[in-house]
Amino acid sequence: MSMKAVSPLLDRNLVQDTLSEAMSNGGEWAEIFVEDRQSASADFDEGRVEAMVSSRDLGAGIRVTVGDITGFAHTSDLTTNGLFEAAQAAASVAKGGSQVKPIALGGDGLAESSARILPESVSKTRKVELLEQTNAAARAENAAISQVNVRYSEGRRRILVANTDGLFNADDQTRTLLSVNCVATGDQGLQTGRETLGYTVGFELFEEHDVEAMARRAAARAITKLAARPAPSGQLPVVIERGGGGVLFHEACGHGLEADLVNKGASVFRDRVGELVAAPSVTLVDDGTMGVEWGTVAIDDEGCLTQRNVLIEDGILTDYMWDHLRSRSAGRPASGNGRRQSYQHLPMVRMTNTFVTNGEAEPKDIVSDTKNGVYVAQLGGGQVNTATGDFVFGMTEAYLIENGEITVPLREGNLIGNGPEVLQNIEVIGNDFAMGSPGTCGKDGQGVPVGDGQPTLRVAALTIGGTAS
Amino acid sequence: MSDSIELPDLADELVSLARENEQIEVCVSRNRSTTVKAYSGEVESVRSGKSEAVGIRIIVDGQQGFATAGSLDHRVLSQVVEEARGNLQFAESDPHQGIASPDGVDSPNLDLVDPAVLHMSEDQKSSLAIELERRCLSADPRVSSVRSAAWSDGWGEFALASTTGISIYSEGGSCSVGVQPLAVEGNETQIGYAGDAARRPDSLDIDRVIEEAVQGATGMLGAKKPVSERLTVVLEPGVAAAFLGIIAGALTGDRVIKGRSPFAERLGEQVGASILTLFDDPTNINSLGADNHDGEGLAARKNMIIEKGVLSQFLHNSYTGRRVGASSTGSAVRGARSTPSVGVHALCLEPGTGDRATLFEEVVSGIFVRGVNGLHSGVNPVSGDFSVGAYGHKIRDGALAEPFSEATIASTLQRMLLDVVAIGGDFEFLPSGSGMTSIAIEDVALSGM
Repeated sequence: MSMKAVSPLLDRNLVQDTLSEAMSNGGEWAEIFVEDRQSASADFDEGRVEAMVSSRDLGAGIRVTVGDITGFAHTSDLTTNGLFEAAQAAASVAKGGSQVKPIALGGDGLAESSARILPESVSKTRKVELLEQTNAAARAENAAISQVNVRYSEGRRRILVANTDGLFNADDQTRTLLSVNCVATGDQGLQTGRETLGYTVGFELFEEHDVEAMARRAAARAITKLAARPAPSGQLPVVIERGGGGVLFHEACGHGLEADLVNKGASVFRDRVGELVAAPSVTLVDDGTMGVEWGTVAIDDEGCLTQRNVLIEDGILTDYMWDHLRSRSAGRPASGNGRRQSYQHLPMVRMTNTFVTNGEAEPKDIVSDTKNGVYVAQLGGGQVNTATGDFVFGMTEAYLIENGEITVPLREGNLIGNGPEVLQNIEVIGNDFAMGSPGTCGKDGQGVPVGDGQPTLRVAALTIGGTAS
Repeated sequence: MSDSIELPDLADELVSLARENEQIEVCVSRNRSTTVKAYSGEVESVRSGKSEAVGIRIIVDGQQGFATAGSLDHRVLSQVVEEARGNLQFAESDPHQGIASPDGVDSPNLDLVDPAVLHMSEDQKSSLAIELERRCLSADPRVSSVRSAAWSDGWGEFALASTTGISIYSEGGSCSVGVQPLAVEGNETQIGYAGDAARRPDSLDIDRVIEEAVQGATGMLGAKKPVSERLTVVLEPGVAAAFLGIIAGALTGDRVIKGRSPFAERLGEQVGASILTLFDDPTNINSLGADNHDGEGLAARKNMIIEKGVLSQFLHNSYTGRRVGASSTGSAVRGARSTPSVGVHALCLEPGTGDRATLFEEVVSGIFVRGVNGLHSGVNPVSGDFSVGAYGHKIRDGALAEPFSEATIASTLQRMLLDVVAIGGDFEFLPSGSGMTSIAIEDVALSGM
C-alpha cells in the first residue's frame, strides 16, 4: 500500500509565476524548493516521559544563477507576495532585466510516501508504550544499568522542486527512529552504551524490528565497558566489524569525492579518476535508491532522481559525486547528490548511503589471521580534513585481538588515519556485508541523513588514540 | 506576513490563551540574515532570508507539553497551542516541573543593540568578501586558492512571556567573516581556517583573521606524524574552549541529577589544579554571549564554576534548581524552538600572565595543539574518557618547532583538569562568546607512529 498526495505542495501556476519573477532581472536559471516538515519526538528519561515535542516548518528557498554566481533567498511566507519578495531578493545577483520566456513545467509534482503507516496516524499512547517497553528491557538486562534514555522521533518531509528547465518533482520522505542510551555504574566510574534503530519508513518500523533486543544490546555494551582497559596508543592492525564501519569510508574518501571540494582543489582525490586509489578488493558505492536505508530519497533536493553511483571499482577511482552547479559547469549529468538541510539552505554535493561491497573472506578468518590488533565492534562518528585526507573516527565498542582471538574490552577513543593511505592498506574484506546505524552527516553547517555500510574488514595499520603504551 | 506585529504583544496575546490551571510560556522570534561568499575574485553566492519561530510550553499539574513552528502566522500559532496541549497529557507528572517565576535578581541592563550592521549595503558586504579572498591569496605565494571566503550578518528579535509574570524582549545583531585558504607545496596541500565575529563591522579584526588563516595553512606544510609519547600539551584558546565547554556541560544540574556526570559527587572538592578558575559571565558586554536574560527570562548573572581548582557549584535552570532544592543560577539556554536546557552563556577562564611565547618557554618541550578533530566522536562526557585527532606544532627548547599532524591526544576530562600546569595570559573572546587563554596540561598521551 502506498499513499500519494492529491495536490502539489504549492500550486503549479504560483510556482511558474514565482520562477518568472526570479528570472525577471536577467537570471539564466532559477529554481524554487518548497518544503513542509512535520516532526515529533518524545524523550523518556529517569523512568518517565519527560516531554513530547512537535514541530512544524513550511517555507521555500529560491535560487537564481547567472554565470557562476548564485543568488538565494528563503521565506516562510508562501503567499504570492512572500514568494515574489524572495524571488526578487534571489534575482538581485543578476543585473539588468530581460525578456522572460514562458516556463513549461513537466511532471505532476506529486510523490508517494516512503511510509506504509504514517507515524502521525499512530496514537501517542502507542509511542509512550514503546518507550516504556524499551526502557524496561534495558534496565532488566543488568542491575548495574543506572540510567536509561530512550528517544523516539518521527519526521515527515515533503518537498517540491521546480526549475526553469521545466522540472516539477516532489518527494514525501518519512523517517522513524528509536535510540537508547544506557549508563552503567561500576567501581571505576560510569560507562555508556548506545543503539539506534532508524529507517526511511513509517511506524511499520516497529513491526519489523525488536526494540527489546536493541535495548538489551545497548545495555550490554555499557556493562561490557565497565571492565574496559585503556586502549593502546600507536599503530596497529584494525579489524572493523560489518555494519557501522562504513563511516570509515565516508570519512576516508567519501567527502573527498564530492565534486564541490574537488573543484576547489580541497581534495586529495583531485585529478585521480582512472587511477588505482585503493586496494584492488575495494569497490565503493553511493546509492540514494537503496531500499529503506537512512540516506535513501527518491529525488535529491534539486529534484534529480537518485541513483547508484560507483565511486571506486576494484580499487580504481571511477567518478565523483555531483550536484546541479558542479555537473553543469563540467558539462555532464548530475548524480542525484545535491542535498540541503532545509529550505533555508543552498544545496551542495552530499553523500546518501555510502558503502563498500562484499569481498570473499570469512569474517572469523579475518580475526583469526590477525596476530595482534584491535577489533572495533561499534563506531561513533568521524571527521575529515579533505585537503590532507587525514580523518578520525570514534570507537564506542572495541576489543584487543591477541593471537588471533578477541580478548579484553577497550575504553573509548578515536582512531586516526590518512584516507589515501588507509584505502591502499585494506588487507582483506569479508563476505558479510551489512548497513550500519543511521547517521547525520555535517558539512559547512548543514546536517543531512546518511547511511553507511561495509563487510567486516581489516586495515593493516591505523593509529589508535589510546593512553596505554 | 507578520512583520507588523510587535513580538511582545504577540507573546502576551498567546499567554492570555491560558486556561485555568495552565501555566504557559511563549517564545517568539524573528530573524534575518545574509551570507555573501566570494571565489576567484567574484561574488560566488549571496544568500538572504527571513525566518520566524514560536515555541510554546504548557504545564498542567506537573505535566509538560511543548510545540514549535517556523512561522508566526495566526493559523499556525493556534495549532501550536493545541499541539502543546495535546502533548502534555502524555508526559509523566513531575512536581518540580514548572515555568520560571521572577526571582528578584536585576538584569545587568546591557545595551547590546548596535544597528551599524543594518546600515551596510550588499555591495559593501560583497567587497569585503572579495577583499578577504584577495588578501589571503597575496599574503603568501604558497596560497593557491581559497576554498571559502564569507561574510555573514544577522539581526534578530526575541520575546518571552509567561503566566508566571515573565515578560522580556531583546533585539540585536552580529556579523562575522570566515576564510579557508589552501596552501600548496609540491604534492602537499594544507587548508587553514580563521574567523571573527562582532556586534559591529568595524570591530572585526580582519588583519588577524587573514594572518591566522594563512599561517594555519602554510604553517602546517611539511607536517609529519609524530612518535607516540606522553608529554605536555598546550591547547590554543579555541581548543581550550572546546574542552572546557564539554566539562562545563558535565557540571550542569541536568547531567548531575540524572547520573550522567563524572563530577556528580564532587561539589566543594579539589577537581582541578589550583591555578584553574572557570566561570560563566554573560554580564560582560565584551563577550558575544553577553545577554540581559537567560532562556527562561531570569536575569543573566556571573556564576563561578571552579574556583582555584575547587568545584564551587553546579549550574541550574529553574527545573533542575527545584529538583535539588536550590534556585536557578540563570543558566537556562534555549532558542524559541526548544525547551530550556542548562548550560553556559559566556564561559570564561581566569587568565594567567605573560604572552604565549612565555607560556612556551615555561613548558620547554611538548606540543602546541592548534586544532582538534572528532570531538563529537572522541569525548564521552559521561565516563570522561577523551581521545581526539590533533594537529599543530612541536614545542622544543621553549619555542615553536616543526608541524605535526595525523595524531591523537588522549586522557580523561577528570585528569585533564588536575594536570593543568600553566595558564596563558593570551586572553581573548572567541566568536562563540567564550573568553579563553591557552592552557598547558601535562602527561597527556600523544598517539602517532
